[in-house]
Amino acid sequence: MKILVPIKRVVDYNVKVRPKSDGTDVDLANVKMSINPFCEIAVEEAIRIKEGGGATEIIVVSIGPAKAQEQLRSAMALGADRAILVESDTPLEPLAVAKCLKNIVDKEQPGLILMGKQSIDGDNNQTGQMLAALCGYPQATFASQVTVTENTATVTREVDGGLETLKVQIPAVITTDLRLNEPRFAALPNIMKAKRKPLEMRPLSDLGIDTKPRTQVLAVESPPERSAGIKVADVDALIEKLKNEAKVI
Amino acid sequence: MSVLIIAEHDNKSLKAATLHAVTAGKQIGGEIHILVAGYQCDEAVKQAAAVEGVAEVLQSCADYLEHQLAEDIAPLIASLAENYSHILAPATTSGKNYLPRAAALNDVQLLSDIISVESDDTFKRPIYAGNVIATTKSLDPIKFLTVRATAFDAAPMQGGNANIKTLEAASTSSSLSSFESQEIATSDRPELTSAKVVVSGGRGLANGDNFNLLYALADKLNAAVGASRAAVDAGFVPNDMQVGQTGKIVAPELYIAVGISGAIQHLAGMKESKVIVAINKDEDAPIFQVADYGLVADLFEVLPELTDKLAS
Repeated sequence: MKILVPIKRVVDYNVKVRPKSDGTDVDLANVKMSINPFCEIAVEEAIRIKEGGGATEIIVVSIGPAKAQEQLRSAMALGADRAILVESDTPLEPLAVAKCLKNIVDKEQPGLILMGKQSIDGDNNQTGQMLAALCGYPQATFASQVTVTENTATVTREVDGGLETLKVQIPAVITTDLRLNEPRFAALPNIMKAKRKPLEMRPLSDLGIDTKPRTQVLAVESPPERSAGIKVADVDALIEKLKNEAKVI
Repeated sequence: MSVLIIAEHDNKSLKAATLHAVTAGKQIGGEIHILVAGYQCDEAVKQAAAVEGVAEVLQSCADYLEHQLAEDIAPLIASLAENYSHILAPATTSGKNYLPRAAALNDVQLLSDIISVESDDTFKRPIYAGNVIATTKSLDPIKFLTVRATAFDAAPMQGGNANIKTLEAASTSSSLSSFESQEIATSDRPELTSAKVVVSGGRGLANGDNFNLLYALADKLNAAVGASRAAVDAGFVPNDMQVGQTGKIVAPELYIAVGISGAIQHLAGMKESKVIVAINKDEDAPIFQVADYGLVADLFEVLPELTDKLAS
């Protein structure tokens, strides 16, 4: 079985992003970029499934700028076998990304598609679900445990209130939650080896997909700042403030 | 123009998140309908019909809808969509699970986690872990939206008298997926996302047993107990207690952060709280930048003291 792992190049999670002063977009000049943390977890899970004998090949795919090759190389250094980059100069919406991915799925016929539950830039949490819809596959979102057999995957999901376990038919789309695993680091020899692994570049226009935007960002702004608070000296002062000033207890 | 709200329920009762979505629907305008899809869900239907301002409750009842599996509920929503200008679901784990699937079936781009309604096609939503608010206009003919509950008041669950319409159930389940089991964490305390007071602990608590200090305080304040990702990952508490970008979003009257440094991802889940209190021994912890009241102290000393003094 092949596993397809879509990954995204995003602003590093430690960077505090700010809007540009003209409010048209966020300021991403010269900020550190990384693999989206949830995608890293998906790559790790695919590798573990392959190491356990449950998969024969791991294909990582990204839809984004040419620079996303860096993230695909990183994923190959971790253990993915080959990579596909669908080159798009403009960021695409989740529906358009899902359509691109369906195109790849149709060609590669993976048994599993493992991907992050959301990217930490758009915070959409949609692409996996949309891809599953377009392919007519079952979905198991927010996975914290995955067990794969020949025809099914049993997935424990993190839901409000606790955990839920589903069994899905393969092929399926599984999106990863934080606690699924602890991603490994790439060893230097593997980073070198990854440079020789195949990376196929495909221009977005080759896919023949309508990626016309369905939404229009009119403005971006910083959220309202909280006014600076005060430090209190002790518990008595804290209780006094909460009772008499904030009136919340 | 009419708005369909997908109810969040456990077949017996309507979840509060639905009521917040109803308020967002009212702000959009038009007739409000609620879809209750489930199994033996008469109670939830009755409650939905009583929500103020709801014109119609659509009831779809089938055994395979009991757990609202995305493969079964999304086609149902998609089949109803053409009758509506807007389809809303609460931005809970269930809404986030099935609504994008339904939107894709209708070839629509969903807007996730909206926090305000600017007009019938323009909405605000947070991106980059809440560090940026985007005002986004939907160009699609039908607007699919998930609604952040903490950004909208709950509609009253009385005063309504909606017409109840039973939908012909779709023939069968997709059979693509099946429900196996669930483990629901039980708690006598208020639910995290709707509690008026939330007390949260982080890595500073050092172990799971020490959370008893927070539970004691929470009981005095009738508060829910939350946690940072660090506390969850360290195994102190179950993950459904996590507050943050990847956990629950809360906006209580009072949020007390104990032993939490205040990483961006945690702040994304609680910085809309009305009053924030931070108790931390590191006076440079970022949490103090958003706290209304900060107490630089050892939590093991001040938590019992705070709990005691609230009693008197």
